[in-house]
Amino acid sequence: MTLRQKTLTLTAAAAIAAAAAIVPLTAQSGVPEIAFDSADPLKWPANIHLGEVAGVATNSRGDVFVYTRTGHPTMTFGTARPFAHGGSRLFQFDRTGKFVREIGQDSYGFIVAQQVRVDPQDNVWIVDRLSSMVIKFDPNGQIQMLLGRKSESERVPAVAPRGAGPAAAGGESRGGGGAAAAGGGRGGAADAEAAPVGRGRGGPPGAGAQSDVFNGPTDVAWDAAGNIYVVDGYGNARIAKFDKNGKFIRSWGQRGSATGQFNTPHGIAIDTQGNVYVADQGNRRIQVFDGDGNFKTQFQDVGAPSALCITRGQRQFLYSSNSNPLLDLDVNGEIYKLDLSGKVVGRFGRAGKLPKEFDVANAIDCRVDNELWVGEIGSWRVQKLALRP
Amino acid sequence: MKESIAAVSAIALLLTAGPVQAQAKATITGVPEIPFTSVKDFLKMPPGEYLGEAIGVATDSKGNVYVYSRRDTTRLFKFDKNGTFVKEIGKGYYGFEFAHSVRVDKDDNIWTVDEGTNLVTKFSPDGKVLMVLGRRPPAIDGPVVFPAGPNQPSQKYIFCRPTDVGWDPQGNIFVSDGYVNHRVVKYDKNGRFLKQVGSERAGSETSQFNLPHGLAVDLQGNVYVADRTNNRMQVFDNNLAFKAVYDNIGTSWSVCVSPGPHQYLFTSNSNPNGNGPGTWENTGEIYKMELDGKILGRFGHASKEFGGFQVVHMMDCRNPDQIFVAEIESWRVQKLMLKPQAAKVAAAK
Repeated sequence: MTLRQKTLTLTAAAAIAAAAAIVPLTAQSGVPEIAFDSADPLKWPANIHLGEVAGVATNSRGDVFVYTRTGHPTMTFGTARPFAHGGSRLFQFDRTGKFVREIGQDSYGFIVAQQVRVDPQDNVWIVDRLSSMVIKFDPNGQIQMLLGRKSESERVPAVAPRGAGPAAAGGESRGGGGAAAAGGGRGGAADAEAAPVGRGRGGPPGAGAQSDVFNGPTDVAWDAAGNIYVVDGYGNARIAKFDKNGKFIRSWGQRGSATGQFNTPHGIAIDTQGNVYVADQGNRRIQVFDGDGNFKTQFQDVGAPSALCITRGQRQFLYSSNSNPLLDLDVNGEIYKLDLSGKVVGRFGRAGKLPKEFDVANAIDCRVDNELWVGEIGSWRVQKLALRP
Repeated sequence: MKESIAAVSAIALLLTAGPVQAQAKATITGVPEIPFTSVKDFLKMPPGEYLGEAIGVATDSKGNVYVYSRRDTTRLFKFDKNGTFVKEIGKGYYGFEFAHSVRVDKDDNIWTVDEGTNLVTKFSPDGKVLMVLGRRPPAIDGPVVFPAGPNQPSQKYIFCRPTDVGWDPQGNIFVSDGYVNHRVVKYDKNGRFLKQVGSERAGSETSQFNLPHGLAVDLQGNVYVADRTNNRMQVFDNNLAFKAVYDNIGTSWSVCVSPGPHQYLFTSNSNPNGNGPGTWENTGEIYKMELDGKILGRFGHASKEFGGFQVVHMMDCRNPDQIFVAEIESWRVQKLMLKPQAAKVAAAK
């Protein structure tokens, strides 16, 4: 371990300790607890096993989509282009929890599931962190659009961890842990062809390219006009905006803590006015922008936002999860409900493996108000919550 | 080319320098032999299916047999009490990469310990995942070369090559962890950390471990830990306070405690991988003991023949007179029928 790494680890440890100390303060600040119930309605076929649940989302009919890290992420011996494949799958259930089908079997882009979202037209979008791709499936499960391109090959052995340094955030941010302790780490792309120009090369760190080349993207959302916003993410620290046909429009943000900068932006939501809410996990805040990326305001009293959802309808609310860090079940884990001015109107849940507890919540779906779906990376499950505010 | 030769040599060094060489001749002598027979062709695989290294074996209350095996990928098979194949559990499961242990709790839940994914998984009796302990090294990090070192001391909820799992009557969970950390961790039945003994560093004092390779818990909640590279077994009370050490039984690879009412303790002085000179003469036997450490008898020896043992990795002793053994180097599970009467005769001599 280099001195720098050690310092970072210690800083992260101190920050985690500080975060732990914050919890009671938050609880004392008079935020009302929201009563709720939890159910487990998804009926999994006996031959399919859920892994880490990175994403859960519903469509307008109430169908439920789950993007999960499962199976065996694999590389092959005896090839000049050793690439990663396998390791994630996308499943669909109907509103009663009955299994409908699998989508995108053995897809070239399904490796490390990061998120799934459903747009207003019921298209299903997945975000994959390792292939650095955003894939749009139509309601029939056919691929309609791709953003990003997977690296042609991976460096073997891996050379250095990819993505941001240890963050003080909760959720799946780095901060030591099994991965770091276990050595290894994913290098950048192995050669020039596989490393498209513009992973921030020459520009500010994390600013990325003026294109659809992502580095560990985390989430996707759309405005009323159908423009696409991709959060990018772990390796970069920016929001990339495309028109509804996937043509690049603009990109904003870079790594840092000033307004308009990000440290592991991990989720996104857009309200009916076109305001863009970004879960700036590592900076422990939600930043709000207009659709052109102009900073408007920030909300700072909700821990480290790791999953974000905005309700529909006349009066919109945000749900934001202060997910527990992967390594610790004894801090954080609560989900906040905010109005769009940033006022916290309630909170619920805590870290744990029991029903009504959350273990590294990575996704929230809130299509129906007070009916939430939560996907967890620490405990491999999907919970359906009924809030009783 | 030179580089690849160097790499191969380095790998060879890693393979030979590890604790796989650990072996010790038991210091106890004059232990009566317990006669036994091995049931011929007990497990019947379906056509086209084979076992790989037989790493874990466990039975449930109905006599079903679970075998956790390193194959194309790591896989978990279920057989009925006659050895007829029933089904596979967890095919394609994200928590299966490199098998280390399978155990069945008092409610017939099936628990696996996977040292590749660093995960302990609780399956319901019908094979549904109920709980996951630990954290798989994220695939985003790419190929993980070799665990570079132990976890940080404060890490309560992740393992580094864990080895085994057990429960006390209250349902508290004990995990031996393992090849890179050297500790035993206690969780409550809901997976919340309570306590640990040992640490992320190896040691040879009491309450320290050097490769805790297996564990079992008795009805009083005492914990028996196979402290493999220290060539001993350590016993702890339910709060993981040290109670006793049993160090006359060679290298304790794996332990098993029978359910009772009179509980017996089994430990395997397995012959080490590689079948080096002298190992078959000095190691390979299994000991049957009282919980207080009194040795009642021994059985088995290292051999590649049917009825012999090739690196026993795990035992099931739900019925203390019917022992299932899983062997690494013969890719098989044997069902052993012990003859305790004869043992008494031998002991009386």
